[in-house]
Amino acid sequence: MVHTMAEISLQNISHSYQRLPNGSADYALRNVDLTCRKGGAYALLGPSGCGKTTILNIVSGLLMPTDGKVLFDGEDVTTHPPDQRNIAQVFQFPVVYDTMSVHDNLAFPLRNRNMDHLQIEERVKDVAEMLELTDSLHKKASGLTADGKQKISLGRGLVRPDVNVMMFDEPLTVIDPHLKWELRSKLKQLHRRFDFTMIYVTHDQTEALTFADEVAVMYEGEVVQVGTPDELFERPTHTFVGHFIGSPGMNLLPCTLVDGYPLFSGNRIQLPSPLPPVEPDQRLEIGIRPEFIKLDPEGFFVNVNRVDDVGRYRIIKAECGGSLLNVYVPEGVAIPSENVRVSFDPEHTQVYCEGWLHERKEAA
Amino acid sequence: MIEKVQNQKAWLMIMPVLLLVAFNAIIPLMTVVNYSVQETFGNNVFFWEGVRWFQDVLRSERFHASLLRQLIFTFLILGIEVPLGVAIALTMPHRGIGVSVCLVFMALPLLIPWNVVGAMWNIFALPDIGLLGRMINGLGISYNFTQQPISAWATVIAMDVWHWTSLVVLLCYAGLRAIPDAFYQAAKIDGASGWQVFRYIQLPKMKRVLTIAILLRLMDSFMVYTEPFVLTGGGPGNSTTFLSIDLVKVALGQFDLGPAASMSLIYFLVVLLLCWVFYTLMMRSEGQQ
Repeated sequence: MVHTMAEISLQNISHSYQRLPNGSADYALRNVDLTCRKGGAYALLGPSGCGKTTILNIVSGLLMPTDGKVLFDGEDVTTHPPDQRNIAQVFQFPVVYDTMSVHDNLAFPLRNRNMDHLQIEERVKDVAEMLELTDSLHKKASGLTADGKQKISLGRGLVRPDVNVMMFDEPLTVIDPHLKWELRSKLKQLHRRFDFTMIYVTHDQTEALTFADEVAVMYEGEVVQVGTPDELFERPTHTFVGHFIGSPGMNLLPCTLVDGYPLFSGNRIQLPSPLPPVEPDQRLEIGIRPEFIKLDPEGFFVNVNRVDDVGRYRIIKAECGGSLLNVYVPEGVAIPSENVRVSFDPEHTQVYCEGWLHERKEAA
Repeated sequence: MIEKVQNQKAWLMIMPVLLLVAFNAIIPLMTVVNYSVQETFGNNVFFWEGVRWFQDVLRSERFHASLLRQLIFTFLILGIEVPLGVAIALTMPHRGIGVSVCLVFMALPLLIPWNVVGAMWNIFALPDIGLLGRMINGLGISYNFTQQPISAWATVIAMDVWHWTSLVVLLCYAGLRAIPDAFYQAAKIDGASGWQVFRYIQLPKMKRVLTIAILLRLMDSFMVYTEPFVLTGGGPGNSTTFLSIDLVKVALGQFDLGPAASMSLIYFLVVLLLCWVFYTLMMRSEGQQ
């Protein structure tokens, strides 16, 4: 089966659910730019209410954005209805047509597109095989379990030859935990096999990071960073990304900038190179992941409040200069009983100004 | 382990409900059974008659005629009210102020006492002074519900539709609102037509409430009494004499308590049978899915 997948591009999309939006607070989405290349696996990650589903519904055409354009392969489809966009969507709650058999459910979108009868049979058979639904093809769809129903929803997309992009709106929410893994790996396998463009909405970072080539992290209606899982982990461009991704998230410590180097609680923190100065009243924070802080007798002193043993590693909950910080201690490293000193890995120490990454501008 | 207490105290606990059911249902019903097998002329004097009244009623043409009228009435009512109710529920608004306005208007007929509904329609449909009666006659159609059986039937049915379609609408509307948006969105993506959305999403999801709506209307319409009694009194002639009206004529008009009692029991069994058949059929089709 050949799927002709397209590049999806959102240009400066803003959306308000109110008819006459008044000020930026009325917008569910603000100035979103996002490009999904052909065959890529993308995840939209963010807390509930950040606008993930709104983006998805704009891509699928269920919503028309207040401002901005949606392009499929360069063609403006902003005003096209869903059935003219050749998209498929799997929803949070499994959608099946209860009174139809599994077979008829899978054939439904093809019949509506007037496909030849024999061709329909062939495609339905193929898709059922891939999804391991062959045995239940002639059962009523309403009799299947939640994961079976979710497979049918997925199958109704896979069966169509014309699909540009498959979208998933938290599709594993109602699936039993032990089946989640199975369905997720099935999805990965199908994606590798068919190379379809895929957009996956979730608030679960593990799901997003294991699943997608690139993750767009959303916060209060804005896309704050788009990047590979590694980029999001190592170089978050916004404190929200640092905090939201990782478990526990990035430590954020208020600091000042002296001679281009951050000063935290009287300690000068090393960086690979000095940073440009900022306006005097701007809020500065050091961002350092617990994984990049190490116990170091040469480092600075912290008060240990508690040590959590999480199995393969331990987390020190410490305090320094009125700020709390988590320190990751791998197996086999002893924690001194007193006078605990730590140092930050300069390569992985970021400074944030008003929440955004403050970095040295490369000379053009 | 706690020792299990074995005594008869539980009977005391269920005594109130036993008494309630006894006085509410069992004793009155047994009184009717008692009457249905005896002849009485008052003064508490009874003569045993066995199943004679039952035989009489089942063979009586009068009973056959009112049972037939009852069946025709019920099927017409269901045939109009159910599709109409579903159609109205489908066109009602989904959000905004319109929802409450529609719901209030829909609930209004249900709040009017049955007697008043009959009286309202009686005056409304009078051919000489009623708004409806004058209008229909003004259109050149001869209409007089107190003299023409056809007019009387049309009025009785119009009145019942006006009074009870709302019940079907409200139940269906509740069923429709319970369908998540994702179903409509998926249907849009699958390229389903409006009819397919109705056939494969809305109708299956409404099935349960629709079953209840039909069951309620089936029972109620089979027992209809007040509204047609106030409107036509069962006339002209016997043309709108339904089972319940006939029963009252026998029991209170002619004071034939024995035949009236056996007729009540037959009537009761017919209603029970119809509901049972309907319910079993619905449950069976549910089980197949």
